[in-house]
Amino acid sequence: MNMSKIVRAAAHLLFPAILVYGFYIVVHGHLTPGGGFQGGAVIATGFVLLYVAFSYQRLQEWFRLDAFKNAEALGLLLFIVTALVALGLGATFFYNWMANTGGLFGTPVPFGPNPGYLNTAGTIPIMNIAVGVEVLGAMSVILFYMLRGIKGGDE
Amino acid sequence: MYLNLPFIGAGLLMLIGIAIILMRKNLVKMIMGLSIVEAGVNLFLVASGYVDGGIPPIFTAAGDTVMVYPTVQAMTLTNIVIGIATTALLLSFVIIVYRRYGTADVDGMRRLRG
Amino acid sequence: MMDFLLAQAPALLLALPMLGAFLTPVLGRYSETGRNAWVVLVSFLTLVTATALAWVVYTTGTFVYTFGAVSPSLGIPADSGGIPIRILFAVDAMGAFMALSASIVGFAVVLYSLSSVRKLSGKDGYYALLLLLLVGIFGMVCTGDLFNLFVFLEINSLAGAALVAYRIDKGVAVEAGLKYAFISTLGGLMFLFAVGLLYAQYDSLNIAYIASQMAFTFPDKIALVLMIAALALKAGVVPMHFWTPDAYSMAPSSITAILVVASQAGLYGLFRVLFSLYGVTMDYVTVGWIVIILGILSMFIGVTMAIPQKDIKRLMAYHAVSQTGYMLLGVGVCLAVLGDATQMAAFGQTAMEGGIFHIINHAMYKGLLFLTAGAIFLHTGTRNLNKMGGLGHSMKWTMLFFIIGALAIAGIPPFSGFASKLMIYESVFAFSPILSIIAMVVSVLTLASFVKVFHAVFMGPKQPEFEGKGEVPTPMLAGMAILAILTIGFGIFPQQVVDILITPAADALINQGDYIASVLGGMIA
Repeated sequence: MNMSKIVRAAAHLLFPAILVYGFYIVVHGHLTPGGGFQGGAVIATGFVLLYVAFSYQRLQEWFRLDAFKNAEALGLLLFIVTALVALGLGATFFYNWMANTGGLFGTPVPFGPNPGYLNTAGTIPIMNIAVGVEVLGAMSVILFYMLRGIKGGDE
Repeated sequence: MYLNLPFIGAGLLMLIGIAIILMRKNLVKMIMGLSIVEAGVNLFLVASGYVDGGIPPIFTAAGDTVMVYPTVQAMTLTNIVIGIATTALLLSFVIIVYRRYGTADVDGMRRLRG
Repeated sequence: MMDFLLAQAPALLLALPMLGAFLTPVLGRYSETGRNAWVVLVSFLTLVTATALAWVVYTTGTFVYTFGAVSPSLGIPADSGGIPIRILFAVDAMGAFMALSASIVGFAVVLYSLSSVRKLSGKDGYYALLLLLLVGIFGMVCTGDLFNLFVFLEINSLAGAALVAYRIDKGVAVEAGLKYAFISTLGGLMFLFAVGLLYAQYDSLNIAYIASQMAFTFPDKIALVLMIAALALKAGVVPMHFWTPDAYSMAPSSITAILVVASQAGLYGLFRVLFSLYGVTMDYVTVGWIVIILGILSMFIGVTMAIPQKDIKRLMAYHAVSQTGYMLLGVGVCLAVLGDATQMAAFGQTAMEGGIFHIINHAMYKGLLFLTAGAIFLHTGTRNLNKMGGLGHSMKWTMLFFIIGALAIAGIPPFSGFASKLMIYESVFAFSPILSIIAMVVSVLTLASFVKVFHAVFMGPKQPEFEGKGEVPTPMLAGMAILAILTIGFGIFPQQVVDILITPAADALINQGDYIASVLGGMIA
């Protein structure tokens, strides 16, 4: 069942904004309050908004549930592989092997107060992104399963 | 004195949550009670790391460097994440139980005995 | 390769099953056989890693592994003032011992599951959760950080609860899972509150650092009570045992075998808090007596509740509660005389060793018994003892394994239960004869109860409704055989096992100073 036209139009308008805001929280996780989990949860609310506004059939045309399951697995794997690479480099599990190397997220941070540089902090942003992808997948799957019962979809 | 208020609030939240768990028969309400206990513990943790006049523990251009304790905040965040997983699991159990038994009341749950 | 394995063993012990759990659903979408092979491989590699870790710890002492550092031994950064800031694992002999015991049961259970859950749906989730449950157990027994202990406790509880509810079984299994998840979450929150109380006073989460600063103030006492309650609840100790029969009987049998180990991880946490975190700074005589009373209550109430049961797994679940009492009794006696060197040497040390030896024995024979119960359930489709009978004709191997497990749990020589129970009887008799007599009476009642089960299940004429069903598949027998061989082996060579495995583990718990020094490196302020 679809909700009224006002709700559907608002969902269309809000959905991209929610996605952008969620991804902002994810990639700025090492600089500002927030991070992978919080951003992923925000993104998942965007999908839930679509789910509330539109019927189950419409949603199935747009997304497959498998895609969210894949996102969940991909995020978890990215997370653990990032941590495992450190073992290959001779350091310990979760060692921050990308920090201060000059490459991706590798700019050294000058000591003292600063306005926040995005390309810093090594593996921490990578882990945030991994967690964000995992949480958006897992939360969407959980909420879809729960809402499906309420909205009378198939078992 | 006012610095003790969060602890009193945390204690009250925990007591209210436990009272709900003990006195309500509806499973969803009991899970709400569990979430309130969790909120109380979280409030206790965050409050125990507060430093009078401290700023958030982020290196920004702010001049003052008296910061609140960051570890308890990390602990609270972790507990919130765990709490969401727990609540989701418990609620999905309740959905299944409700479908099979036709009730979400504790008195209707007594199929396991002895 | 070998050096790498030995140097990184604590991290690999967690990373391997975690990676295994995350890849399992992905692989399961393409090939069932591939996924099964992957799960068996991962659990075998985990067993190898746990063995390597145990070898390192038993030969070179406590293994401190710091996460996120350049080198594992950098637990205390140079500019930190002697306070360990990073999350670290402090694996001493006790932790390595528990990890080894859990990984053996885990491997046996995975083998068994290959056949036992073959007909059920959603196996990807089953195997992923099974590996995650192992991660929770390993994390609990390895960590040297209180908050980390809480996180792994929750992983342990959530994965366990989801697995209990795995066979929905008209909602009854979900009801048991709901109960388990609810109770253990409440316990987890109590534990977290206690951790918060300790952190607020000592500004640290590291067990060794807090132990070195422990002043036993009033908030510390509250924290101690909360931690004992939370971890005893996880271990299924009377009077917090009510979830145990429900969860153990409704879970698939393979899962019940691993839930026994998951509960023992709670028991490990309890011992770690009592001995390493508080130790002699607290009123150990009173706390020791509390542990003894909890043990006696568990033993007695567990066995009396078990005798009238008609559901085979519920009966075994109450016996699990009862056997937990033996471990608490042995360890409690040691705790009650912790500060008295002569009594420690006379019987305290032996009581501790008996209690710890009983942990691994219980994991083996109780796991074995639950696996045989699963085989019987697969064969008959019922757990009701009154509806069974005559299975001895068609299930010879299962019957043999059941006899081994039943004799071991009843404490009959030469099986493993006898060796550990004898150590407990002897040492407890020197402490208080009446406690020892209660323990023996409980043992006799256990034997009576299992004779009844044996008679009801395997004896009698062939039943027509079980006609044409042979023995259970080979992987299930292989899983049971691993545990059966260890049960017999521990019973035949108890002295060697105690000398090699148990005494270092008991010493690791008793010598609080060694634990603190191994983490803080003699830098105690």
